Amino acid sequence: MNIDLTDTTSSQINTTLVQARRSIGSPAVGMVLTLVIVTDEGNHYDALKAASEASKQHPSRILVVIRRPGRSPRDRAMARLDAEVRVGSDSGTGETVLLRMHGELASHAYSVVLPLLLPDAPVVVWWPDDAPEHPSEDKLGTLAQRRITDASATEDPIGTLRLRGRTYAPGDTDLSWTRLTPWRSVLAAGLDQQSLKVRSATVEGESHNPSVELLALWLAERLRVHVERKVTEGPGITAVRMQTADGEICLDRADGALAELAVPGQPDRHVALHRRGTAELIAEELRRLDPDEAYESAVQYGTKEHGGAGGGSQGAKGTRARARSQSEEESAKQPAAAKKTARSATKKAAKK
Amino acid sequence: MTDAANPLRDALDRRLPRIAGPSGLVIFGVTGDLSRKKLMPAVYDLANRGLLPPGFSLVGFARRDWEHEDFAQVVHDSVKEHARTPFREEVWEQLSQGMRFVPGVFDDDEAFRTLKSTIEELDKSRGTGGNFAFYLSVPPKFFPTVVSQLKKHGLSEGGAGSWRRAVIEKPFGHDLPSAQQLNAVVHDVFNPDQVFRIDHYLGKETVQNILALRFANTMFEPLWNRSYVDHVQITMAEDIGIGGRAGYYDGIGSARDVIQNHLLQLLALTAMEEPASFGAKALLTEKLKVLNAVRLPRELGKHTVRGQYAAGWQGGEKVRGYLEEEGIDPKSKTDTYAAMRLEIDNRRWAGVPFYLRTGKRLGRRVTEIAVVFQRAPYSPFDATDTQELGQNALVIRVQPDEGITIRFGSKVPGTQMEIRDVTMDFAYGESFTESSPEAYERLLLDVLLGDANLFPRHQEVERSWEILDPVERYWDKHGKPEQYAAGTWGPEAADEMLARDGRSWRRP
Repeated sequence: MNIDLTDTTSSQINTTLVQARRSIGSPAVGMVLTLVIVTDEGNHYDALKAASEASKQHPSRILVVIRRPGRSPRDRAMARLDAEVRVGSDSGTGETVLLRMHGELASHAYSVVLPLLLPDAPVVVWWPDDAPEHPSEDKLGTLAQRRITDASATEDPIGTLRLRGRTYAPGDTDLSWTRLTPWRSVLAAGLDQQSLKVRSATVEGESHNPSVELLALWLAERLRVHVERKVTEGPGITAVRMQTADGEICLDRADGALAELAVPGQPDRHVALHRRGTAELIAEELRRLDPDEAYESAVQYGTKEHGGAGGGSQGAKGTRARARSQSEEESAKQPAAAKKTARSATKKAAKK
Repeated sequence: MTDAANPLRDALDRRLPRIAGPSGLVIFGVTGDLSRKKLMPAVYDLANRGLLPPGFSLVGFARRDWEHEDFAQVVHDSVKEHARTPFREEVWEQLSQGMRFVPGVFDDDEAFRTLKSTIEELDKSRGTGGNFAFYLSVPPKFFPTVVSQLKKHGLSEGGAGSWRRAVIEKPFGHDLPSAQQLNAVVHDVFNPDQVFRIDHYLGKETVQNILALRFANTMFEPLWNRSYVDHVQITMAEDIGIGGRAGYYDGIGSARDVIQNHLLQLLALTAMEEPASFGAKALLTEKLKVLNAVRLPRELGKHTVRGQYAAGWQGGEKVRGYLEEEGIDPKSKTDTYAAMRLEIDNRRWAGVPFYLRTGKRLGRRVTEIAVVFQRAPYSPFDATDTQELGQNALVIRVQPDEGITIRFGSKVPGTQMEIRDVTMDFAYGESFTESSPEAYERLLLDVLLGDANLFPRHQEVERSWEILDPVERYWDKHGKPEQYAAGTWGPEAADEMLARDGRSWRRP
């Protein structure tokens, strides 16, 4: 069931949610959290799709904050809230509200979101593309237990990652970290079998991929060794090599799906390491709502190291980097020129 | 293997899943239904979720003239048909490289020699490190042969630093002596700690959630005793008949098939005291303690009931009665419905009856635990106001539609004071999506990890038979099962059994 509200308020939206639930005859399912997605018109469709998918595992109320500050001075001066309430079959397992904040209201999203949060349930804020510099100090961010950013969807992924390290607060997390979980678990399993002392390590992957950088930081932090980065064509991370006294432990994934694990003294084996979609990443994020200390140590190890050494990777911006990050598991970022046309298209799609 | 030894592991890093160490799984009776519908898909799903070690190997053993490729094809088909996660070529490739098939019968020494060399070859080519679990998906009468063959060929013990485990399925015997005998046979070859008995109910999220509900919260445990609880009903109902299992089922019956294992396990989890930890040992201690406190009613004739389904209409379909099923002796006394009242002699539960019931061809398929509370000791409302009010209840729905329901009274809107039952429902999203792991996935992973807390130990199995055996003996000597129409909630005697105590069965 879809209900459109034009020029509305939070309290009207709340009333509508209750009415919508009643009219389809179902009481609120046991929603376990409120997920706030902060995005713009061009990106909300994909983000919402992923979140709805994830809501099957974590029934939630999804609030999509779509900022439309407007271009002309007149647009910017007026403030209007339009909402689209979706309850029932087409909105995953919970409730979804799309909030379009026009004009001045775009910078006061907090006031709209606060009354719509589920009582007493955890709040997660997700910025699928550009996130504030200090997520934890952002007005919306302060509402949340968990703040999800995605460095790979930004203009300068490596620079953003460093920024995340500098401004880290408990509860922050980044999808470039989530993408690493399968890699990290296979690497940890590789070392489970024999306790080999790692002397040095190399992470290979495409440039401008924050996951490559983060994996290198994590290895450096855990193993206390120097970790080199080697740029390859991708996709994503292509290999990790760890030098030990007995030889090299190597996890090599050339094609983005099937990897080969080589451990000294053991036969080479294949490991499936497919690249996961955003829905799976978000579902993993929503599983744990406590601060992720492992991420904290890794990403902050980054800031310290980079502060001194100036970085192991190049943080150059450019169209090439943009194209790469776009291929990273979702089309998170659209080129600005395409945005305008996409805007009207996605709007139509959303109204269906 | 400890966290301290591996610098990449950190207790704070809770994203990293528990991945089994290098290992392989050998399935005996790999052509069976269970293996094709549950085990193989579970292995694939585990691999797909990245929870199996690189190099994990699967060995099938059966009496078929197959090559490794034929076996891989069978697994491929069963995975495509039954796996819950999407099929991915790269995951399949990882798995299929470690698939082997050993043809043979169980008393064939040559076949076991081949099995041994297969395992040694896998250790070399796949790095399984000598760690193998043997899954005996075969009728229990073959257990002695298989385990003694494993022993004879030196397969039951790996080298230093490796493990060999045995996984067995119910039935664990059909009475106490047979269960003891079976345990003796298996324990003669495998260390008791390395024997894993599968009770797939214990792998279900909702069953594990019983412990979370009781021991992670404060609001339920204070009520969880004789001061507030009137009685407990544990139900496992099936809507299907015996299907093609006549050979197995006749002579066994529902009490041995279900009450002895599943229902007594659910009872133990519902009634036990808080364990010191969630380790296998602490759980066993508490479960065994409460099972030891279980007492049968003195008059078994009055407080136990058995039945047999008769022909009737089940959910819009005309079905045969049990005695008319193919392969069943028309004079069979086997029960397809069993209900009994048990008491628990301890301070917490004295005087609170636990009613257990199970049956085939009942109204619908449902498993639930209903804790029914006492009525309020005094009601300030008029009797007419609360006429419609039943007893408060907390229902743990194990399957299907997993969740928890709480029933309590609420005022009906209007000028009159009228109080009626309402329910509050909890259905955790995990339970109704494709992402909820199957019980077998969890249990197989636990076997490979050596984590035994979701498996009943032999002491529990033997104690459960001790509880059930007197009932079976009584039934053997007295009368025969009452017929009940298929598609109903069991024989009338079961309703009378509760009516005698002034109670009635919940309609689940």
